[in-house]
Amino acid sequence: MAQEKTLVFALMDAPYESANTATALRLIDIAVRRGYAVKVFAYEGAVLLPFSRQQRHPNAIHGRSVEEENHLLTREVIAFLIAAAKQNGGTLDWVNCGLCVDERGAGEAIEGVRRGSPADFWQMAQAADNTLVIGTR
Amino acid sequence: MASYLLIESRDPYSSGDNEFCLDLARRLVAAGDKVTLFLVQNGVQPARSGAEAAGLVALAQDGVDVVADEFSLRERGIAPGRMHPGIRPSPLEVVIDRLAEGCKVIWH
Amino acid sequence: MKVLNIIETAYRATIEEQDDTIVWLSHAVRGAGAELGVLLRGNAVSYAVKGQNAAGLTFGGWRQTQPPDIAHDIVSLMAKGVTVYVMTEDLAKRGIEPTDMIGGLERISRESLVPLLAAHDRVWYW
Repeated sequence: MAQEKTLVFALMDAPYESANTATALRLIDIAVRRGYAVKVFAYEGAVLLPFSRQQRHPNAIHGRSVEEENHLLTREVIAFLIAAAKQNGGTLDWVNCGLCVDERGAGEAIEGVRRGSPADFWQMAQAADNTLVIGTR
Repeated sequence: MASYLLIESRDPYSSGDNEFCLDLARRLVAAGDKVTLFLVQNGVQPARSGAEAAGLVALAQDGVDVVADEFSLRERGIAPGRMHPGIRPSPLEVVIDRLAEGCKVIWH
Repeated sequence: MKVLNIIETAYRATIEEQDDTIVWLSHAVRGAGAELGVLLRGNAVSYAVKGQNAAGLTFGGWRQTQPPDIAHDIVSLMAKGVTVYVMTEDLAKRGIEPTDMIGGLERISRESLVPLLAAHDRVWYW
């Protein structure tokens, strides 16, 4: 079943700003569990999802330390999704829009993330079984 | 007959544009297309019985398959037994199923 | 593969970006060979209005010399062979008359939306 289907997701929301992000990550999780070839085009604020300098913080309101709070970092989730894709015989190819990275100073991304352009998005979409765009408001 | 999955992430109480998605679903079904309306995030708010949801209920009666993301329902404390008739809980897997089938999937 | 880009979100960071990021992306994918249509709806219908002017902003000593000119970007997209549609109901809600608009656009109603979607292989809603 691995690589049976290729799906592309275009994401726009920056981390910690929209419910869209959690839903998008849930969708990618389902696709990689199936061993699909998953391609993500991160556009605008979404290029910060795999930003490698994201750091955990404690939460005094919850009364929890850094370790206890175990704050969700999108960079970690994406790294786990890349690993899960491999384990299931699929792939997760994450492409960050290069110009969007530059204007945000978000060049430091986790391993497995590459730089690209809307032309890459078009090439990925053309070759895929389907594409879901999740825009931002 | 084409197959469409419309994903509604907005609720009718805070988004005036929610009506666009419902109207599109109605028109597609009237044209003979197969349509699933998948409610997600705050889009599930009108799924609770007693909520103002006349448009959604009418859509279900018109032949649109209206489903709501199980997690989004649970996150908002909407139990399966407290939902409008005609709207049923669904796993998010449905979205990936439809994408894999090549269905036209539109996120709103 | 024919794609319909539906643009609803409008004036989101257009001052910072100096354009609309989805109109810009439409130019880019067209340049990569995409067969593309663009539908302006919701607040994005006002991208079709003549006389938009975002010039003249200054922030302290910084002056914006290249403000967005989205109507021009729409016109140049059409010049590249992209059909740009605009939704009549959304124009009417906002009091935008045909005489307010740039030329070359295809006006479509919600009734015409179903066949427009059917005519495209993929629909990307931004």
